[in-house]
Order: sequence, then C-alpha cells, then structure tokens
Amino acid sequence: MKKLSARRRHPLAAVVVLLLALAATGGLYTAFAPASKAKADDTAQSLTIEEGKKLYEVGCASCHGTGGQGTTDGPSLVGVGAAAVDFQVGTGRMPAQQPGAQVPRKKVIYNQAQIDQLAAYIASLGAGPAVPTKNQYSPEGADVAKGGELFRTNCAQCHNFTGKGGALTHGKFAPELTGVSPKHIYEAMQTGPQNMPSFPDTTMTEKNKKDIIAYLNAVNGDETENPGGLELGGLGPVSEGLFAWIFGLGALIAVAVWVAARTAKAKKS
Amino acid sequence: MSTTASNTNASGGGAGRSRGPAPAGERLADWADGRLGIYSLAKSNMRKIFPDHWSFMLGEVCLYSFIIIILTGVYLTLFFHPSMNEVVYHGSYVPLQGQMMSEAFNSTLHISFEVRGGLLIRQIHHWAALIFLAGMFVHMMRVFFTGAFRKPREVNWLFGFLLFVLGMFTGFTGYSLPDDLLSGTGVRFMEGAILSVPIVGTYLSFFLFGGQFPGHDFVARFYSIHILLLPGIMLGLLVAHLILVFYHKHTQFAGPGKTNNNVVGMPLLPVYMAKAGGFFFLVFGVIAAIAAIAQINPIWAIGPYRPDQVSTGAQPDWYMGFSEGLIRVMPGWEINFWGHTLVLGVFIPLIIFPLVLVAIAVYPFIEAWVTGDRREHHILDRPRNAPTRTAFGAAWISWYFVLLIGGGNDLWATHFHLSINAITWFVRVAFFVVPVITFVVTKRICLGLQRRDKDKVLHGRESGIIKRLPHGEFIEVHEPLSQEQLYTLTAHEQYEPVELGPTVDENGVERKVKGSQKLRAKLSNAYYGEDNQIQKPTVEEYREITSGHGHH
Amino acid sequence: MSSQDIPEENLPAEQAAEHGHGAVSLADEKHPFADPGLPPHEHRIQDVDERAAKRSERTVALLFTISMLATIGFIASYVAIPHDKSIFVFPLGHINALNFALGITLGVALFAIGAGAVHWARTLMSDAEVADERHPIEASPEVRAKVHSDFKQGAKESAIGRRKLIRNTMFGALTLVPLSGVMLLRDLGPLPHNSLRHTLWAKGKRLVNMNTNLPLRPEDVAVGSLTFAKPDGLEETNEDFQEQIAKAALMIVRLQPENIKDKRELDWSHQGIVAYSKICTHVGCPISLYEQQTHHVLCPCHQSTFDLSDGARVIFGPAGHALPQLRIGVDSEGYLQALGDFEEPVGPAFWERG
Repeated sequence: MKKLSARRRHPLAAVVVLLLALAATGGLYTAFAPASKAKADDTAQSLTIEEGKKLYEVGCASCHGTGGQGTTDGPSLVGVGAAAVDFQVGTGRMPAQQPGAQVPRKKVIYNQAQIDQLAAYIASLGAGPAVPTKNQYSPEGADVAKGGELFRTNCAQCHNFTGKGGALTHGKFAPELTGVSPKHIYEAMQTGPQNMPSFPDTTMTEKNKKDIIAYLNAVNGDETENPGGLELGGLGPVSEGLFAWIFGLGALIAVAVWVAARTAKAKKS
Repeated sequence: MSTTASNTNASGGGAGRSRGPAPAGERLADWADGRLGIYSLAKSNMRKIFPDHWSFMLGEVCLYSFIIIILTGVYLTLFFHPSMNEVVYHGSYVPLQGQMMSEAFNSTLHISFEVRGGLLIRQIHHWAALIFLAGMFVHMMRVFFTGAFRKPREVNWLFGFLLFVLGMFTGFTGYSLPDDLLSGTGVRFMEGAILSVPIVGTYLSFFLFGGQFPGHDFVARFYSIHILLLPGIMLGLLVAHLILVFYHKHTQFAGPGKTNNNVVGMPLLPVYMAKAGGFFFLVFGVIAAIAAIAQINPIWAIGPYRPDQVSTGAQPDWYMGFSEGLIRVMPGWEINFWGHTLVLGVFIPLIIFPLVLVAIAVYPFIEAWVTGDRREHHILDRPRNAPTRTAFGAAWISWYFVLLIGGGNDLWATHFHLSINAITWFVRVAFFVVPVITFVVTKRICLGLQRRDKDKVLHGRESGIIKRLPHGEFIEVHEPLSQEQLYTLTAHEQYEPVELGPTVDENGVERKVKGSQKLRAKLSNAYYGEDNQIQKPTVEEYREITSGHGHH
Repeated sequence: MSSQDIPEENLPAEQAAEHGHGAVSLADEKHPFADPGLPPHEHRIQDVDERAAKRSERTVALLFTISMLATIGFIASYVAIPHDKSIFVFPLGHINALNFALGITLGVALFAIGAGAVHWARTLMSDAEVADERHPIEASPEVRAKVHSDFKQGAKESAIGRRKLIRNTMFGALTLVPLSGVMLLRDLGPLPHNSLRHTLWAKGKRLVNMNTNLPLRPEDVAVGSLTFAKPDGLEETNEDFQEQIAKAALMIVRLQPENIKDKRELDWSHQGIVAYSKICTHVGCPISLYEQQTHHVLCPCHQSTFDLSDGARVIFGPAGHALPQLRIGVDSEGYLQALGDFEEPVGPAFWERG
C-alpha cells in the first residue's frame, strides 16, 4: 500500500486509472448486455411448396415481391434455383436485416426443413441450380493439390490464400471461408451470391469444385496444422509486422528496461 | 615460451616484467600484444564507461538481431537452392503434391518440412529481420528525439541511416527468394515500378530480370545481392558505426555530476561485458521463443509463384509498407506524348519513396546550419526542450504511419468495416494534413511541458497535501525540488534566434543580405523565437519567488 | 567530477566521503541551480547482506543450470520427436511438435544464459557509477598545422600541381577505367525490342479454360460468371510458361449486350462475352476481383478499379489506363477464338508504350 500511495502522484497514474475504469466498464457491459434473442421458430413441418410459399410471404415477400418478381428492395428470385435459397437462408444472409454495402453472414433463423420448403417454392417459380447432393460436395477422393491451384487461380484474389477473406470496393468484402460448410461453398460457387461471380459447371466442373472444397478443408479446417505456431490470422505481412513490433520489439524493450534498471537499494523501503 | 619476459623486453614492450613464469592466459595475452598491440587498445577500452538507460540498448537490439540473422542465414544457405528451374513437388506437404514450382520454392519447402529445425531457423531468420528493422527505426528515433545526432555524431547518424535503408533492401531481396506467390507479386510490382522510369526503365527491367518478367534469373541474382553484396556493405558500415560509438563515447542525459566533458556509468569490464553479452543471449532467446510460437511467412499456404495468380492482402513486410501506401493512394496519372508514356502514377511514388527517408536523414545538417553551433554535444536533450525538432520528428513519424495505413488499406477495410475507397481518400488527404497537425500539436505539448518544468522549478512540486489557512482558504502545499532535480531541469541550453542585424550600415548604404541568410534567420526564429521556446527560469526569478516565501 | 577513474569495489566509507564533499559544494544563494555532483553511492541489499549475495549467487547458478538442461532438452527433442508430428497446444492451435520443442528449448537455453549474466552484473558486480573524462575530438592546432604542412610537402614533392599533363591524363585514365565494368553488365539481359508489345494471342488461337484445360464454347460462359483463359498450346510444362502467361492471361465474363456502354467493347465481344487482359495496367498484378452486379473489377494489390461494362476504363485507384481487350469470335467448330493479338501492350505502362 505504501508503494501504491507513493506512485499515486506519478504522471502516468491518471492514465492507468482511466484504463482500469474503461476495462471495468467494458467488462460489466459485456456481462450484463442483453443476449441476442434466439428466435426459434417452430412452426409446423411440411415439405410442400405451399408451406414454403407461406414462409416466403411472411419473411421474404416484402423485399422480393409477392410472386418473387423482385422490387426495388430486392432482386427477382425467378430462376435463381433452390441452391441459391439454400445458401442465402442457410448461411443466415437472408432474410436481410438492413440495407448496406453487403448482406453479411449471421445467425440462421430458419431450420433446415423450412429452408427446404422455401427452396422448393422458389425452385417452382423458375428452373435454376438444385441443392447439391452430399456426393457432389463431399471432399472425399478429391485432388487437394489441384484444388489449391484452382483456388489460387479463381478464388484467392478475393478470399485470400487460405480463405481468410478480403476487401472489395466501397465497403463490400469477400467473406472469410472458415467454418463454412462444404455444401454452402459449393452453392456459392454455383450460384454466385451477391457480387461474387458464379462458377457454373460448364466452366468449373463438379470435380473442380470438389477439389477446391477439399483444398479449403485441408488448409482452413478445424484440424488444419500451422506448423510454425500461431497463424496470426493468416493475413500475411501486416499482422506479422504488428506482431513483430508489439510482441517482438515490445518484449525486447521490456528486457532492456530490466537490464538497464537500477538494482534495489538497501536503505529504501 | 616460458621466458616471455626476455622476448617482450626485446620487442620493446612490457618492460619491467621479469618475475617468474606468468599464468598461461597472461602469456597468451603477452604473445598477442607483441604482434597486435592489444594492450594499448585495451588500456583505453577495457574499462570504458557506458551510461545506463534502457533506450541506449535499442542499438544493441539491432546489433544482436543482425548477428542472429547472419548466423541463421548461413545455415539456410546450406539447404536453399537459388534456382528458378521448374520442378514437380514430391515432398511431404500434401496440398502441394504434384504442383509445378521453382527449385527455390521447392527447397524452401524442404527446409520447412523435412530438415529438422529448418522451420525454426527460417522463422528465427525472418522474425529477426522484422525486429532488426523495427529496432533500427526505434533506435533512430531515440537518437533523433534526444539530439544525439549533433556534432560530433553526424557521420554516425548517416552510417546508421544507410544501415536502415540497406536493411530494407536486404529484407526485400530475402523476402523474394522463396519465389512464392506473395513475394512474386512484390517482385512483379518492382518490375512495374522500374518500367515506369522514363527513357531507361524498359532496359533496366530487361537487364535486371534477364529478359521478360519473370524470366529465370532473378532469384539467383537476388540471392547474391541478399547474402553477399548488401550484408557485406552493411557489415562494414556496422563496424564503422561501432568504432565511432567507442571513439565518441556514449551520450548521456543531463543529471547531477553529468557534464558535457564526462561520461558517467559503469565500466565495460565487467559490468557491461556481462550486461551487453547477456543481452545478446536475451535477444536471441526471445526471438527463438517467438519463432517457436508464432508462424511467419507460411509459403506452403501461399503457394508457388505464377504471374496469373494472386491473393488479396498482398503486402510487403512492414518496412516496405510505407512505399506500398504511396503507390496505393497515388492517383493514376499518365501522360502520353510523341509516342512516349510518362507513367506518373507509378513514377511519382518511386521518387517520393527515397525523399521520405532523405527528409529525416538530412535533418541534422539543417539543424546544425540553423543554430550555427560548432561545439561538441554529449548531453542529450529532453525532447520537450527542443520543441521544433521534436515536432518535426513527430510529424515525420505521423507521415510514415499514414503511409503504413495506406499500405494496409484493404485489411483496415475488412477488419474495421470501412470502405476501401474511403480509406484511400482519407490517406490522400492525410498525407498532407496529418503531418502539419502533428507538428502543431506536438510543439504545443512540448511548450506546455516546458512551462510545467519551469513551474516546478520555481514553485516546487505539487505535494497532494491540502492545507487550510486560518482565514479558511484551502491551498495545496508545494514542496521545493531537491538540488538534483533543480539542476536537471535547468541544465539544458537555450539558443537565441539569429539576428540579421541592420540592413543599412552606419554610412546609410544598404547592406546586401543573402537570401540564404534571410532564410536562416527566419528558421532560427521559428526554432528559438519568443513563442517557440519557453525561457528557462533564471536565478533572479527563482530567488524572487523563494525569498518572498511566495507559495501563494 | 570528483569520482575516480578506477572504482574500488565495495568501499563504503571512502565512496561516501568522496561524493559527500562533492555535494557540499552545492547551491548557495548565488547558484541555486548548481550541479550538486554525483550522488553518493548507495548500497544494494547484496552489498551489505551476505545472505542476499549468496541468494543472488544461487539464482545466477540456477539460471545457468536451467540453460544446460534446456540444451539437453533441445538435443533430446531433436532426436526423439518425428519431424512431421503435429500436436495441439492451447492457444497456438495445431502446430508442429518438433518446431515448438526446439524453439522453446533453444529460447530458454539462450534466455537463461542472458538472464544469469545480467542478474550477476546487476546484483553482484560493483554498481558504483564512475565518470570518465571526455577529450575533444578535434586535434590541437599544432597537430593540425603539422598535418597540413606534411600534406603540402608531399603534394609538392609529387609535383602533381606543376606537371599538369600527368595530372590530367591520370584523372582521365581513372575516369575511364570503370567503364569496362559498366560494359560488362550489358549481357545481363537482352534488349527489349518490341517483346512487351506482343503476346501469344493471334488470329485463330482458341481460348482454353484454365480450370479444365479445354477450349471454351460461348454457351459455357454464363452471365455473371467469371472464367480465366490461356491461349491454346500454352502448357505449364513449357519452358517459357511463366513469361507467356504473365502477358497472355485472360479474364472472360459475359454481360447482357444492352449493358455494354462502350461501342468498341461491344464490337470486340461475342454475344456479350468480353475477354480482357488479366494483368493490371498499373504494375502488373493479376487483377480479377470481379463484382458481378456492378461489373467492376478490382486489383487486390493497389485497388485500381475498372468498369468492365464501359471498356474497362479506370474508375478508381492508381492505374493509368484501361485494361486491354482481346477481340474474340467463334471458329468453325463453335469454339471461342481470338481474332488477333491485343492491339496495345498489356500490363504496366512503360516509356516506349506511347
């Protein structure tokens, strides 16, 4: 305590107190902030298009129009196919919360049965790519290295070497691919959601897509090894540079302060 | 051998040492002295005094990381093949099996996956390089802000500056050696930058790459530049830098007993031998631990270079980041005339790039010209006591950091949910505005701190004790400073602004004043004029206040 | 000041006396800010308490011992751990076990040596501050005069000032001789000629899909899709693949013909299919961040943005001119083909580009 009161007058004391106060406020806020409401919607289960239509009219029609013909707030859904619905709703992008540069991935609010109903309804409006089967997107038996080459040619320019995401113009972005299910990756390549171009089977075969999924699974999966240690976000030299400054040089300066500091004197308390 | 006494006497040294046989170490030293004259060297250096301050060890951080880089670099050359011949990969990293890649990339994968400890050495090498450059930057700033670059150390400042610049290029060439997709993109940028040079650009590019980009030569050429040419020059400069540090003796901060004519601290033997020697191991240990826990430049995840492939987030290592910022925010100006193209959008950043560095390098000479001071300076300034210099340095750093932000604009955009176009525009404006604002603000802060120092000297420090006077007023008791503090706070020198003198001589004839003289007077006033530094307390002021018991 | 050059280790009485009288000469009325001199040396705990000193000794020895153990650990890890073994370490993730073990043991071995040495210096070696005098660096006037006169004498004896012919020819020779070195650099590379103006594309060359290595048909390319192509016959195994693909890489998208604003772009397209160089005109990055709704394409390196629906003109960033377009059509078998080479050089601008 004596030490503490002696340092009370230190010029940095105010800064330290301020930081402590801020940290405490932040901690309290996170502890007591209202948790995001889980919207479990357990309506009746039915696989018919009719059910999908009902869901559509409640959740989608305000932007995409009553018959899926599109409005100024949302594009036409005629001919986008079941795969597009499964991707957009299955990754939580749809229904969109607010207009903006881009609709982000968020918590999924429909269950898979409902998504299938919606997809069935949209598919009935006009022919489009169907939801892929497990056989199509499963990474088993694929050529990982070929997938890597394809990824670097077609995907890395937006999504980064190992799918960590990147920036596009005016606040748009190519999202991070960590934790995206193989099915959704397949659907995204097939349908080209939002500003992403599509990679249809005519120019990128089913096998190509499988290879890409297998590559992503190898370099950006739960079990992916980063031999050298911390991945630092996989973002390249910027995060490495920050790390070198803060932890590298920071640690060395801390050591230098110790080396140069005076040793405790006998008489001082 | 046992009767060294006669030998040394014959050679004229070590007279009067004809006692019995000396210990082996002493005999070896005598032997060496007779041939190398080590005793006269040791006489002035063995007990050399070094002052203690953590910021004086920043240079050592650089020295030691440089040594670490050389040690690990030599190891890496044992396994690295600087060749661009295309081979098919058959190593142990599965996601690249069967891919075409250059031998350089292949051998780097081999070092990372099959050579035991190879990955560790690679990571130490690269982390040490980042820390080396960061250390040089901070060391340079320490020297700058404390005025340690003043006479007699201007030449050493230049040596240090050259080391920093050469370090950047050594880093860049080394970063390019593995021939991976990220570094290849950097080399491609370099080719584009060279092509933008008027008249000779195309030729320079063809000579550097041995033909069209990427060709089959640049890895081997960069290799010899990276491991021989640049480190060789750097080693020479480094030795010169250190010799000068020894010769000039270290600077020190003002304090009781510390004058311009002495250096106060601990002797090289034993204290600094142990501290500095130990610090080498500490630096090496910290960097080795970092290389154990944090991955750097995972070329296997990046993939081999192909000119038609790219990844987002393509940045150089941090020390080249400011040039990346320059090139990213430059508008795309291009002038076509008489069948030629002037690529200003690339060439202007290429010109500004060295100017950013030169701006800080020439500063000591500008300041010396303004002050006209020819004395030696061994007492360091506190940054606040040189407000204009400090403000200039802070402005330069802010400029540098604005460019670093520009260089990472895509990552700031994704991580802070901003528009990349907005960041680019921000940097375009900030490039001109932020240094000016930083200059003004820093100068004001310095002047404020000077005022506080003056206040402390004259009125003592605030004790935090509140006293109630008999008539009810509350005052805070100020404690007078100790003699040490009084001396330390008033030890700095203050310059008077240069006077041009009358423009008309005593006969009424107009005297010619050179433009450079006018400029110098103007600058001098901006440095040391009335509003640009706070006059330090005078003895009279002090006595007036203290004798009047004038604590409010 | 008053301190000695040679510090005596642990001499309390003398040291205190030494500095004491330095401090006596302090502030009087006339010099309130006078230098009080070096403060008296204060003792550390280790200087006065032998047990504390012993503790320090043991700490230093312990640190050196830890270093020895860590080095043994390093050797053991090197021998025992397979080079491809992966382990999970929180919070680092899945990492290579050998790299981690070697790095940590090496780090500890080195750090402990350093920490031991520094602790030794800080607690057991004398911490008395010593002052060393500085001497001016400039030579004394006598030395200066001597050097100047020696130089003049030498210069005079060489007669370099008098015999101008010798001097001038010597400077001439010394100026010319480095030219040989410059000359030798000539063969670093061939001359550019017009190689930057030409690519592998030529009339009748088919556009081959990079993904499948098969020629493309117009019906393969859907609106909103993105495809990359190379000229027929260029294979990764070719000797000059890298140089050729660096110029010939192609980006193919299909727009609704009514969305194409630029007339020439429409003429050079095939049913709305347009083929643009993938190489950025700024400094040559493979540009390909295609936004299918806006038809903008962004360069990941320096953010030049081009509008593919308007002749690929630059709408943002540092690029100086539009992406070159390749004129395409369909051959007799229904495959997409080039109708000639690019009409302007691809990639970064250069002086002779014009």
